[in-house]
Amino acid sequence: MSLLLEIKDLHVAYGSILAVKGVSLTVNEGEIVTLIGSNGAGKSTVLRTISGLLKPKSGTITFAGEHIEGKEGHEIVAKGLCQSPEGRRIFPDMSVRENLDLGAFLRTDKAGIEADRERVLELFPRLRQRYEQKGGTMSGGEQQMLAVARAMMGAPKLLLLDEPSMGLAPVLVDMIFETIVKIREQGITILLIEQNAAAALDVADRAYVLESGLIKMSGNASELAKDEAVTKAYLGG
Amino acid sequence: MTKRAKKTLKPMKHSASHRIWTIRFLIAAAVVWVFYTYVMYRLPEGLQTIFQNWLPPTTVNEAMVWVICALGLNIVVGYAGLLDLGFVAFWAIGGYSAGWFMSAFFGQVNIHILTTAPRDLPGIHLSFWGVLLIGGLICAFFGIIIGAPTLRLKSDYLALVTLGFGEIIPQVFTNGQNIAGFNISNGTKGISPVDNIGVPGKVLGPFDFSWKFFIFALLTAVMVFVSLRIRKGRLGRAWLAIREDELAASMMGLPLKSTKLAAYAVGAFSGGVGGVAFATHVNGVFADRFNFSISIILLAMVVLGGMGNVWGVMIGALLIAWINSTGLPAFGDLVNNTFHTEINFPSYNFLLFGGVLVLMMLYKREGMIPESRLKAILHEADDTTSNIAGGH
Repeated sequence: MSLLLEIKDLHVAYGSILAVKGVSLTVNEGEIVTLIGSNGAGKSTVLRTISGLLKPKSGTITFAGEHIEGKEGHEIVAKGLCQSPEGRRIFPDMSVRENLDLGAFLRTDKAGIEADRERVLELFPRLRQRYEQKGGTMSGGEQQMLAVARAMMGAPKLLLLDEPSMGLAPVLVDMIFETIVKIREQGITILLIEQNAAAALDVADRAYVLESGLIKMSGNASELAKDEAVTKAYLGG
Repeated sequence: MTKRAKKTLKPMKHSASHRIWTIRFLIAAAVVWVFYTYVMYRLPEGLQTIFQNWLPPTTVNEAMVWVICALGLNIVVGYAGLLDLGFVAFWAIGGYSAGWFMSAFFGQVNIHILTTAPRDLPGIHLSFWGVLLIGGLICAFFGIIIGAPTLRLKSDYLALVTLGFGEIIPQVFTNGQNIAGFNISNGTKGISPVDNIGVPGKVLGPFDFSWKFFIFALLTAVMVFVSLRIRKGRLGRAWLAIREDELAASMMGLPLKSTKLAAYAVGAFSGGVGGVAFATHVNGVFADRFNFSISIILLAMVVLGGMGNVWGVMIGALLIAWINSTGLPAFGDLVNNTFHTEINFPSYNFLLFGGVLVLMMLYKREGMIPESRLKAILHEADDTTSNIAGGH
């Protein structure tokens, strides 16, 4: 297993307020790694820094052997780091097709794009039914599928999923997590940010627990799921 | 895979509607041209007077200049969603490009390239067509200059910066008779006359309205073509994506800076073309004509017509330009003559625009001819926000 993403001692601040205070984590190729934590722990801040939307105060982010901290968003996407954002953020007045097209914006390999389009439509048959429908008119679950599918159209080496289960009915949450496993089976590495710790730990190989901008615990996901402190704080046990 | 789904997955036919629509526009323009060139002066006297009062050729020509500029502003505001309150700056810079390169203004030199000006007239005299390009490029350059430092600003602040730019540039020209010892604009006197437009085998004098219309319509057709074509392409899709959700667009790998700068540059280029055309229309450049109200009128044309919709913006521009220059004064004369009143109707034009804008915002926010996407955004705003709202 080779190292795909390595974050070392990352500090990120909003103005003078430090939101991430020295986070280090690694993601190996082929893994599902989850970053769990409660609201406001800094999960999304870490993710936004990885994808270039925020600039770190200090620390390094290495992706596939290259430093990417401080790079522009589009340069990072071009390296194969694609994101399904928190709150889905699909383009509401564009059809499913147009949303997927935009996911592949930086690609020029027409055959590859069509193959990926077919692949994500196999993964989410519902999107095929809604293909020409406007994104904003679809249900929350369908929008979440579209957000993940759109990120996959960028041919990611690492797929960043930010709160994919947020606001979804339990049956849809199960469906999304099943799909995450299927995506990994296709050879895509996944970094999953979740508040739904139980479901995330269930599908992940390894996990990091983020609290107030610091990694409080890390390790094997199935072991963490049994850990008393984690159970108490995040699994309602 | 169901039968229906298979059908929808077929690649979209590459549609050439931008060509068809440009040709349709040219046909409509040709009809107008034939009318003003051959038909109007053969009409009975009474009809002729009506046309002279209500739709004189000079009004039609000026309206075409407004259309060119409004289509340019539409790219910035309608396509890319960047509010620009200072578009008059580009109109002015385009106008002075004509003043600099098509007149006797730079009297110390004597440069003549493909021009209609007499050989012994001093100054820089370039071909109208070349100056269109130069004026457009200078404006595009300034568009990038103004755009680059403001890209990180959110739309309200961006609007303020463009507002400032639109105030500064005309002021620079108004006070430009001595800038560090150089006269760049003749100050309030302005630069007049500018050279005539030359077409193969003909020189268009200042009163050659119908041929000028032909040329302005040609420029408008180019703008229509570019607007329609660009929006279907990669750049157009990128603008729409940024307009809908900038953050998501950036996550898809859209280069925000260059995409926005492209909108500024293309919009400003058209403003420059409109400015050069306007200088030949009024046969000069006068600093006091470039005031804030031009920016606002242009914006009103785009908003009333239908942001993002080329036809909406064109009709909005034609209508408002007509009301402003002819419709309102002519209507005023009619009312005053009929009822023997002395109301100064043209002085109420901003009251009228203001009122119409308020009513439009209340009842038809998407404009007269709405762009399909925008209509959906404005009317489904409530459902979509609840669906896409992200919690923290």
